[in-house]
Amino acid sequence: MSISPEQLLDNSMLHPEVLAGEDAYGIYRNGHRLDHAEGASKPLRSRPEPQPRGAKVHGNRPVNQAEAAGRFIAAPEHEKMHDERLWDLRQKRDREMHHIPEWEELRALASAIKEHTLTHLDEYLDQFETRARANGIHVHWARDAAEHNRIVHGILSDHGAKSLIKSKSMLTEECGFRAYMASVGIEVVETDLGERIQQLDKEDPSHVVVPAVHKLRTDVANVFANTIGTDPDNSDVHYLAEAQREATRPLILAADAGMTGGNFVVAETGTFVVCTNEGNADLSANVPKLHIASIGIEKIIPRLEHLAVLVRLLSRSALGSPMTQYTSHFRGPRAGGEMHVVLVDNGRSERLGLEEFWTSLKCIRCGACMNTCPVYRRSGGLSYGATYSGPIGLIIDPTFNARKYSNLPFASSLNGSCTNVCPVKINIHEQIYAWRRELVKRHDVPLVKKAAMKAAGELLSRPIAYRAAIASADVALAHLPRFVIYNGLNAWGKHREVPHPPKQTFHSWYKANRGGKQ
Amino acid sequence: MRIGLFIPCYIDAFFPKVGIATLELLERFGHEVVYPRDQTCCGQPMANSGFNAECAATEALFVRNFSGFDYVVGPSGSCVHHVRDNFDAIEQSAEVKVVRARTYELVEFLHDILKVDAFPWAGFPHRVGLHNSCGTLRRLKHATPSELHEPFFSKPMDLLSKVDGIEFVKPARPDECCGFGGTFSVFEEVVSTKMGYDKVSDHARAGAEYIVSADSSCLMHQQGCAERIGVPLKFIHIAEILNGANA
Repeated sequence: MSISPEQLLDNSMLHPEVLAGEDAYGIYRNGHRLDHAEGASKPLRSRPEPQPRGAKVHGNRPVNQAEAAGRFIAAPEHEKMHDERLWDLRQKRDREMHHIPEWEELRALASAIKEHTLTHLDEYLDQFETRARANGIHVHWARDAAEHNRIVHGILSDHGAKSLIKSKSMLTEECGFRAYMASVGIEVVETDLGERIQQLDKEDPSHVVVPAVHKLRTDVANVFANTIGTDPDNSDVHYLAEAQREATRPLILAADAGMTGGNFVVAETGTFVVCTNEGNADLSANVPKLHIASIGIEKIIPRLEHLAVLVRLLSRSALGSPMTQYTSHFRGPRAGGEMHVVLVDNGRSERLGLEEFWTSLKCIRCGACMNTCPVYRRSGGLSYGATYSGPIGLIIDPTFNARKYSNLPFASSLNGSCTNVCPVKINIHEQIYAWRRELVKRHDVPLVKKAAMKAAGELLSRPIAYRAAIASADVALAHLPRFVIYNGLNAWGKHREVPHPPKQTFHSWYKANRGGKQ
Repeated sequence: MRIGLFIPCYIDAFFPKVGIATLELLERFGHEVVYPRDQTCCGQPMANSGFNAECAATEALFVRNFSGFDYVVGPSGSCVHHVRDNFDAIEQSAEVKVVRARTYELVEFLHDILKVDAFPWAGFPHRVGLHNSCGTLRRLKHATPSELHEPFFSKPMDLLSKVDGIEFVKPARPDECCGFGGTFSVFEEVVSTKMGYDKVSDHARAGAEYIVSADSSCLMHQQGCAERIGVPLKFIHIAEILNGANA
C-alpha cells in the first residue's frame, strides 16, 4: 500500500516532488540519498523557490520562532532539502558510532572531563595563561562581548591593521563582532565557505557546523551573482566554489591580520586546537603575521590526553566523519609574527552558577543535537533568531536574555533525541523542560497562557466539575481546545482532523458495565 | 495483586476502547483491577508547559486516588513518565513516593512485572508499523533508541511478537518523534503537523496497514494528520491488539 499522488494534491505542506507522482518516494526506494551536507546535494527538480528568511527580531521582544518555522515549512523545497541533509548527517553519525565499540564509555569520559574542568575552571585558566605566556602568546581577558570587540580592535589598531581574515566562529557571532568591525572601518572576510556565503548574504550562520545548510544551490548562485558576479543561472557547485575561491583568495593574501576561534584549549601545554574541514583556519592563522584567537573560557581542558577523547567524538557526532580534515595545534607565534588569545566570558561564569543549567557549558559545538532534532530540521536555524539555534540554543539563549528568548524552550516536543546524541552527555531535553518552569516562575510567558493553565489546573483537580465538563465525549470534543490543549485557540484542527467522538467515555462505560465495583 | 487502573483524561474522553482493553487484559491474568472513579489527570499538560505550581492540586488528587494499590497501571507512556519522573509539585511524602514508584505503563508492566509469555487469545494478521512514543522510548526505556550504542531490545516488540499472524514493517526513521509533544502540538502547530505528515507518510511508504503504539496521544495526532492528507492508515493501541482485537 502506498499513498496515491491524487490523495496528496492540494496540500501546500507537501513537497512538489511528492506531489509530482512519478517516482514519488524514489529517493528512499533506490537508496539514492544525499551524499554529504558539505558536498554535493541531489539536484531538485525545482521551480524557483525564494529562500525563506529567518525570524523577525525586534529588540528585546520575544522571538516568534513558530512563525518563522511556519514560513520555512511553507517553502517545501527548502524544508525538504534541509530535513534530508541533516538527517543524512544523523545517519552517518550513527554508522560512525557503531564502528566504535566503546562509544558510550567515550561519552561518559568526555562528560567527566568537561565537568571536572568546569568545576576547576579558575585553576586551569590560570595554568593556561602562565604556559601560553611562556610560549610567547599574548593572553587577554574579556568580561563580555563589548570588551572582546574593544580588545581585538585595540590589537588591530596597534598594528595599523585595516583588514582581517577570519575563520568561522560562533563566539564572535555571539559578540556581534563583524558589525562592530564594520563600525570602526575594518574589513572582515570570512574564510569558511559556508560562512562566507552567509556573510555575503548578510545573514547569520544557521547551524554551528554547517552555516549555510538551509540554502539550496540556487540560493547560493543567486547570492554570488549579486555579490561576486557569477552567472545567476549556473548553480554547479564546482563552478560556484571556484568562483568564490578566485574572488576571495586575493583578499586573504592581502589581509593584515587573521582570526580564528579555538575548539579546545589545553591548560598543561598553553596551546589551542582548531578543527576545520576546509583548512580555512590555517589560512587565517598562517597567512598574515598577526594571529588573534577568540575563545570562550569553557573550551579549556586540562591535558593533551583529554583532547584525544574529545576529538574522537567531535567530528563523528557533527558530520559522521571519523576526523575533521584539519586539526591544527597552535602553540605560539611563528618567527616574526605575533599571536594573541582573547579568553571570553560573556555570561559563562554566570551560567556556571545556575544549578540546573551549568552543564550546558560542556558543549563542544558539534551540532549533533541540531541534526537529530526533528523541530530544527523542519524550522531552519534562523527561525530561532539567536546565535545558537536548535536544542542547545534552547537552553543557552535564555541565559543571555530570558525575555527575548522566552519562546524558545517551548519549540521542542521534548522527545529527548538531542540528549542521546550529545557526545558530552548534556541532559538537553531536561534542561529545556527546566527552562519552561523557570520562565513561568519569572513570568516570561504570555498571560493568556497562564490563565488557561490555572483554569486547567483547577478543573482537573475537582472530579465533579471535571466530570460535568466532559459528561460525554461529544461535549468533550466541543470543549477540545480547553480539554486537550488548554488554551483558547483551536490550533489543532488547522492542519489535522479532530478525534472522532466515541459513544461514551470510559468513565460512563465503566459505570454502566462495572457499576457495582469501586 | 490489586491494581489501580489509571485511565488518563484524553483516553477517558476519546479512546474508551483503549481503557476497556487495558482493564480486560489485566483481568485476564487473574488480578483484581480497580478503577478509582474520582481520577481525572496526572497533571502533565500543565507541567509540560512549565506551570508546575498549577499541577499541585491535580497531583494531590492522583495520590488520593491511587494510594494503597500494589501497582498503578496506565496505558499511556507520557502520563506515566510524568508521574514517575516529574511529579513534584506536591511535597514528596512517603505516600507520594510509593505511588510514584508503583506506577507503571502497561507494556512495561506486562513485560517486566507480570513477565507475560503468551497471549493465546490474540491474533492480528496485519502489517503493522510500531510507533515508539518518545516518552516510552527514551524516558521509560521501552526499547533501544537508535542514537545509543547498546544491544537492541524492544519490550513492545517482544509482546507483539507473541501475537498470532502479526507482521512488522520498518519505517525509514523508526524512532523519530511524530510531533505530538503535548502542548507543543498547539504552540508549534505547523511544525507539529509537518512532523506528523512526515511520520504517517514514512509508515505508509514502508507498507504498514496499522500503526500501533503504547501512547494514544501520538496516535490521536497521527490519525488527525493521516486523515487530513488522505493517508489510508489505521491506528490501534497496543492494549487492543494484546487483548485480542483483530481489526
